[in-house]
Amino acid sequence: MKAQRVVWGETIADLAATDDRVVVLDGDLATSTRADIVADRVPDAFVQVGIAEQNMVGMAFGLSTLGYRPWLSTFGVFLTHRAVDQIRMLVSQTKAPVRIASAYSGLLNGSSGKTHQDIEDLAIMRAMPNMTVIAPADEVEAEAVFRWAADFDGPVYVRVARDAVTPVFEAPYTFEPGQPLLVADGEDVTLISTGVQTSRTLDAVRILAERGVRAKLIHLPTLKPLDADALCALVGDAREVVTVEEHSRIGGLGGLVAEVLSERGTARLVRIGLEDRWSESAPNDFLLDKYGLSPERVADAVLAQTAVAV
Amino acid sequence: MDAAATRPPNDELAALAREARWRIVETVAASKAGHIGGPLSATDLLIALYFAQLAIDPADPQREDRDRFILSKGHSAIGLYAVLALRGYFPVEELATFDHGDSRLQGHPDMLLTPGIDASTGSLGQGLSAGAGMALGAKRLGRDFHTWVMVGDGELEEGMVWETVLSAPRFGLDNLTLIIDLNGLQQYGWPAGDADRFDRSEPVGHVDLERVFTGFGWNALTIDGHDFDAILGAFDRVTADRGVSGRPTVIIARTAKGRGISFTEGTYRWHNGVATEEQLETARTELLGATGAGR
Ligand SMILES: Cc1ncc(C[n+]2csc(CCOP(=O)(O)OP(=O)(O)O)c2C)c(N)n1
Repeated sequence: MKAQRVVWGETIADLAATDDRVVVLDGDLATSTRADIVADRVPDAFVQVGIAEQNMVGMAFGLSTLGYRPWLSTFGVFLTHRAVDQIRMLVSQTKAPVRIASAYSGLLNGSSGKTHQDIEDLAIMRAMPNMTVIAPADEVEAEAVFRWAADFDGPVYVRVARDAVTPVFEAPYTFEPGQPLLVADGEDVTLISTGVQTSRTLDAVRILAERGVRAKLIHLPTLKPLDADALCALVGDAREVVTVEEHSRIGGLGGLVAEVLSERGTARLVRIGLEDRWSESAPNDFLLDKYGLSPERVADAVLAQTAVAV
Repeated sequence: MDAAATRPPNDELAALAREARWRIVETVAASKAGHIGGPLSATDLLIALYFAQLAIDPADPQREDRDRFILSKGHSAIGLYAVLALRGYFPVEELATFDHGDSRLQGHPDMLLTPGIDASTGSLGQGLSAGAGMALGAKRLGRDFHTWVMVGDGELEEGMVWETVLSAPRFGLDNLTLIIDLNGLQQYGWPAGDADRFDRSEPVGHVDLERVFTGFGWNALTIDGHDFDAILGAFDRVTADRGVSGRPTVIIARTAKGRGISFTEGTYRWHNGVATEEQLETARTELLGATGAGR
């Protein structure tokens, strides 16, 4: 098992070795985000900008106008919140080919606590025109996404998780933007998840199976743009749909699926995610359990909140 | 409440600082997560503030006329917690809950949870603005307290710091003091040269900070941030200037990252980290002596 951040560092170093357009801008967190792998292997592709996230976005935009394909690398929270105006103004409006590697995304960030937990990024980034928003499930999908992003001519936002999760996919894997993926089939209840929460949700599906419930699990790596027809086709005539995400229940995957279902579906929606309150610093297992995202807690919530309970 | 009037002797401050440093490494090791280098560089300054300068009352942490302190470099929370505990804000034993779930002692300072914390921080660069607001409020309300803010030198890279540096003299904030913990290192930073890839250049090594700050209309003092005479002397000058010059003061405190422990001092690689059993033993001996008895 490999952490997505390591895969990111290695893949970008790989790409940078043969493509001069690739540059990485670091916000003084290279040893955490693993941009240090790029600094070590392809020093010319590494630019230290310092603890200056707004400046980083401006510089990435400037570089992009000269043909570069810059990656912004720091903790996601400092880009999607602190530098959101710069991203909106200089990247989203202009369609600049700037890639945002949102490290330590979600709830789990090495017990730094609520200041460092980026649990609103999907809501914010999804609302920005021109932005492609991707949350890969595991190391295999992440690598495919990074390689795909290298050639994409527009802004891309990718969630990069700090810690390794049980892989969902096997190589070789080809990333198709916008496409939902069926990762488990079952007729009792339909789950949709995104990012590394898909790995935990797949474990929840196994727990549900032990309790006699056959769940379908759809993984949505791309939150935007989304092939809504493909999603509706996979959901089929399910009466209930449950979304599961390591993000606020407001505006992320749950919000996205609510929009799609209310426009064209008939299913009732249950959203599992972080409640509208602040969390805390603690080890991963504690946080996942307390805030309802561990496989066991997800399985419990599915049983408690849907008709499969009867 | 006036701590400056009843300052403990310097050897007592030094002993407190050694104990605080021990609590920092010990706590981070037990919690298996946290920062080391930044808290250790700031320890002497924090001890001097809390034991010899700030007008505060641990029995009444929210007292209206208390001096305010903002740890803008919020990742050094464990250093502040160690000092607050020694000062009597909460039991020293509570440090063991640092960074655990359901704890009052979060990875970054949380003013809603921990007694003695005046502002929540963790996203770098914001503390000085918050302090300017407190200092401005004090002026407008005719209150006599002083507001102190501590930033890291890497943190000076944040643009927001300079927004406040530009505006604070315009507001006449001679009741606001910025302490720069100038330890010369940040988390990863810039390589110093080709000789050793672990050599790092100073975050603001290319900047003449005294000239910059005085150019912006501040008073500026540069001191050795590990020398209690120098620290307290600077504090005295700040106090004497309050209500006089209309200028905020910056204390540029030269410090060493990871100060006080041989294996953490002077390297960026101990920005954060967890000491092994063996390293803990070394730290204990170096800080508290072979008996571990301390002061
Ligand atoms: C806005 C923001 N960007 C990045 C970080 C991550 N970070 C925490 S500490 C640190 C280095 C700080 O260096 P410095 O200010 O010199 O502090 P010290 O050396 O005293 O620890 C970084 C980049 C952060 N907390 N906030």
